[in-house]
Amino acid sequence: MTIPKITTSRWDVEDGHTLAGYERTGGYAGLKRALEMAPEAVHGEVKTATLLGRGGAGFPAGIKWGFCPPGVWPRYLVVNGDESEPGTYKDRILLERDPHQLIEGCIIACYALGLSQCFLYVRGEMAHGQERVAAALNEAYQVGYVGKNILGTEFSVDIVLHWGAGAYIVGEETALIESLEGNRGMPRLKPPFFPAAIGLYGKPTIVNNVETLSNIPWIVENGGQAFADIGGEQSPGTRIFAVSGHVNNPGVFEVEFGTTTFRDVIMGEDYAGGIRGGNDLKAFIPGGASAPWFFEEHLDLPLEKGTVDRAGSMLGSGAIVVMDDSTDMVRACHNLVRFFARESCGKCSPCREGTSWLEKILQRIIDGNGRPADLELLMDVCDNISPGISWPPKQTTICPLGPSAVSPISSVIERFADEFDAYIENRRPSIPVEATS
Amino acid sequence: MSDEVTFVINGNEVVGTAGDNLIEACEEAGVYIPRFCHHNRMNPVGMCRMCIVEVDTGRGPALQPSCMLTVAEGMIVDTESDVTKKAQDGVLEFLLVNHPLDCPVCDKGGECPLQDQTMAYGPGESRFVEEKRHYEKPIPVNDNVFLDRERCILCDRCTRFADEVAGDPLIHFMDRGNETQINTFPNEPFASYFSGNVVQVCPVGALTAKPYRFKARPWDLDEADSTYPNAMGDRISVQASRDQVLRFQGVDSDAVNWGWLTDKERFAFEAYQGEDRLTEPLVRGGGLNEADPDGDELVGTSWSSALRSIAKAISDTEPAKVAVIGGSRLTNEAQYAWTKLAKGIIGTDNVDADMGDELPVHALLGLPRATIAEACQPGGTIILLGPDPKEELGTLYIRLRHAVREDGAKLIELTPSGTGLSSIATASLHARPGEVGAVARALVAGGATTDIGGVSADDINAAHGFLDGAVTVVLGRASLAESVTPTLEAADALAGIENARFLPAVRRANTMGALDMGMAPGLLPGRTTLDAGRAGFADVWPNLPDSAGADTAAILAAGLAGNLDVLIMLGADPIADALSATDAATALANIGTVVAVDVLANASTAAADIVLPAAAFTEVSGSHTNLEGRVSPVRQKVTPPGTARPDWMIAAELAGYLGSDLGFDEPSDIWAELAARSAVHGDITAADIEAADDGVLITARGRVSFEPPEGEVRVDPVDAYALRLVSARRMYDDGTIVQASPHLCGFAGAAELRVNSYDFNRLGVAAGQPVRVSSAVGAVEVGVASDDLVPRGVAVIDYNRSGADARNLFDLDAVSIDVRLESGA
Repeated sequence: MTIPKITTSRWDVEDGHTLAGYERTGGYAGLKRALEMAPEAVHGEVKTATLLGRGGAGFPAGIKWGFCPPGVWPRYLVVNGDESEPGTYKDRILLERDPHQLIEGCIIACYALGLSQCFLYVRGEMAHGQERVAAALNEAYQVGYVGKNILGTEFSVDIVLHWGAGAYIVGEETALIESLEGNRGMPRLKPPFFPAAIGLYGKPTIVNNVETLSNIPWIVENGGQAFADIGGEQSPGTRIFAVSGHVNNPGVFEVEFGTTTFRDVIMGEDYAGGIRGGNDLKAFIPGGASAPWFFEEHLDLPLEKGTVDRAGSMLGSGAIVVMDDSTDMVRACHNLVRFFARESCGKCSPCREGTSWLEKILQRIIDGNGRPADLELLMDVCDNISPGISWPPKQTTICPLGPSAVSPISSVIERFADEFDAYIENRRPSIPVEATS
Repeated sequence: MSDEVTFVINGNEVVGTAGDNLIEACEEAGVYIPRFCHHNRMNPVGMCRMCIVEVDTGRGPALQPSCMLTVAEGMIVDTESDVTKKAQDGVLEFLLVNHPLDCPVCDKGGECPLQDQTMAYGPGESRFVEEKRHYEKPIPVNDNVFLDRERCILCDRCTRFADEVAGDPLIHFMDRGNETQINTFPNEPFASYFSGNVVQVCPVGALTAKPYRFKARPWDLDEADSTYPNAMGDRISVQASRDQVLRFQGVDSDAVNWGWLTDKERFAFEAYQGEDRLTEPLVRGGGLNEADPDGDELVGTSWSSALRSIAKAISDTEPAKVAVIGGSRLTNEAQYAWTKLAKGIIGTDNVDADMGDELPVHALLGLPRATIAEACQPGGTIILLGPDPKEELGTLYIRLRHAVREDGAKLIELTPSGTGLSSIATASLHARPGEVGAVARALVAGGATTDIGGVSADDINAAHGFLDGAVTVVLGRASLAESVTPTLEAADALAGIENARFLPAVRRANTMGALDMGMAPGLLPGRTTLDAGRAGFADVWPNLPDSAGADTAAILAAGLAGNLDVLIMLGADPIADALSATDAATALANIGTVVAVDVLANASTAAADIVLPAAAFTEVSGSHTNLEGRVSPVRQKVTPPGTARPDWMIAAELAGYLGSDLGFDEPSDIWAELAARSAVHGDITAADIEAADDGVLITARGRVSFEPPEGEVRVDPVDAYALRLVSARRMYDDGTIVQASPHLCGFAGAAELRVNSYDFNRLGVAAGQPVRVSSAVGAVEVGVASDDLVPRGVAVIDYNRSGADARNLFDLDAVSIDVRLESGA
């Protein structure tokens, strides 16, 4: 069976981002179909599809949709378009190339769950995507796909486009809600602030990722079962992976979910096309900067949530970052930890103080001032942020940002302690720093 | 009870209440969990992570911040497990990595939760060898509070206080990650009446208050829990070193102030140590050893000489020509002693603690009373028929604000202008001055069909719908430019609401105590009248007058007319406070012997013939009665300066010079006599008051009845060229204490006239530009400002601030006052 393109079908259509191009290629058929169905039936299709959330946690969207307490209105849909995990750039392209597909998904979701209003939160840096979504929204409003009495029915819903101000933490759903309310983007505590119960403005709120919602029109048009029939049993459908780093052909690829392997995506000619310059693979990050690292022996694992979880990492946001054997792992680790230290919101002490402490220790080691006890110190500071340094991580922090900084450190110390030793003993890297061509 | 739950703390079964905060439930059970961000009077945020403990709610033990959890059946809490300890030690280390080691020069050292926690559990050495975070230290966030961002552990207590509690969100987090800092917005200081509280709640030495900075170390201080002499009776800790008061801290009293204080209270201790303090008796002409036999200046004298002169003046005239005004500053015991001296020994009923700016006695004592807690009860309805609590009763403002924001109470403003609570009020009915009675009647009746008193029928009817819960009326004088009659009309109407209760919003310290002690014409101690109580007091108060005497206004009028020979002012400043300034000044000049018994020099002590220095409230023992009738202890912490004495002792000594004996050797003797004779204080002993943390509430109604005004007041319509005047006090004014406090006096700006932007624009002047305001009886020049809290057609002028004396506009015979504004004055 050929695997259909579900979310990326219009990426090669020149005007796929316009209403004309979208409608010409079958757009808004899902919405029309949905409006003929009972809302519960639409929700049922999504449940049948077992659409796993594409934002990072991989929680089934159909089940999440069922968490709204009955009888409480208003209730909101918030679209998490604050894609900022290093290595992840699938939502940006979905926003730029196929904004109507997302809008259609949003309207269907609002119809299915009786949501009062939709807030589309787009990361501040993605200016082109924002403009495309804004233009698409205007078109959709004009012809009645969004707004009052959609397509002549009694169903009405508004979509509000909100531009973020550029904070990684706002990708965390409760921080996004805070930001949307006009506050500092700082996460709320769960419990009690589970968005489905106490979300935006204290009301029940469904927060979904851009890619998750972009799947909805196809599911409604073709049926949840058709979606479930594709890909792995536990991880059905297709999924977009963004491959970056030391590969010949970095890019975003829609692949069959649950069956395709890392080797297929990293090495396959149709995909990333292998390691650059014929080098050997040294490590890869399977699911964005927060994920513990994988190595050669993990290449044949399928891109399947459960399998990857059990192997000690995560598919996360679908970002695969590849490092070849010319990579200085200490510097790579420092690079990621520095990112998390800079993006820490500052709300809770372990993350605010811990991540920047880790970053300072790593910087000191790179500067040639490392001490033998530093590895133990690094691991103990990590342990105080993420007790036990286990997977899935425990945390002394409010949100997962703190433990995210632990992943690269524990991965590198476990596998490449000798590179640290070289810095500490010889005060210089084991991998010579070369200018890349 | 149905919501009782059983849970386990460290292996011990504990019974708690479902929904209680876990960190507090553990503390109640004797297990203290360390914390920095959690504060029992603010919403939890779970930020510092210090209180993280292992909690098992059925899915295995997991680390959870105990401040964010509520107790549930079967919960297993382990605050001592290795995992808990490791996590808490880790958090402590994180908090310390960037915290400077300047404890030896930090004011917080010795009372610092971070220091205590580190000493108790922290590591001996730091593993952090990198450079710590650096900031300029310290920076002022306002004139009195300094912020050292290096010491700050970002617990969100000060910022939460500013936002949630005070409603002045002027300090906030800035930047992010490790660079996160607390700061003010550019060019906007943390201008809050409550800013000192952030110093008290700061768990480290990041926030310090200028009046205390580098003054003492905590271990050198000793403290006494006492009661601040304001109408709320805020509970405070008076902290002193080497017989000098160095700091007031709020005490968390459930019934009253919840630990909060206004800056006006917190920083007022310096007033009693300044150069305005009276420390020796003064007399005009003569003086000690006849130092100034022919002079007209006040010069030092001896107590015996001063008291002898007063006794002679009293003896030389008839009792009816002796009067006593003031006394709301005094303790209950001192009030009783002076009332006994005046009414029972001298035999004059010309005794009045009120300066003419409160509601009449029958309104304060005669309506069913509410407590603060009753006013603030969840789901209740509060009707504000009185002054702006944010300006006049700071901690009541905090309590009311909490009730509305957190406990679902509804607030109906029945005020002539907006208040500090307007932004959260459920309904605001801004009745035109003079017409609040009609609006109140319509509010109670509902179904209004036309606008009444400047309030739309829709607004009145909507507010009527909120009268469903328990109704408490916060009752006081919203405007000094309006006679009391409209307010009494409104109170009468609101008293018709089923079970409505009243919380008197009086503004002076121990006004309610003064009434309970009989410091008003026609009144005797125990909320009873001269006639009704006479028999009970006759044996110890032998010379009780036959009939009711004069109130302050009548006393001053008698002075003007030459019918008064001796006037004793007990902490009273009629020149500043009486509603007619010129009458007061002239009367004082006219009366043969004017005696001022006071703590601080003021305009009226300067006009007195004999000045007796009294001890301040930190220097005396006794009790205080707050606006809800709660009696709480006032405790001596330091000795009075010079030869200043407690007020009750001055009364006792003067009685001696008059050939009598009050029979009091101690304040407790006074309370014993009161308790033996008062119908409402009978059950309470001085020891009870001493023992009760929250004071003792007096609930008996007494024998004073509310006297509703007869007929309806008629108010002429405002003409198109006039505005109706409101005059109200501000937190910081030209009052004696504020002006004598070096860290407060600068906040009392010049008087200002505020009008709605509509009226302001019609005026065509720039903000702050002086305008000429004229009423039928006088005129002032005052700067004008636009303020949309003020309704159209109304002008609000500050009372008792420099630059313009609002009293010049007052016609005391009129119900309300209309003024015209002229620009280009």
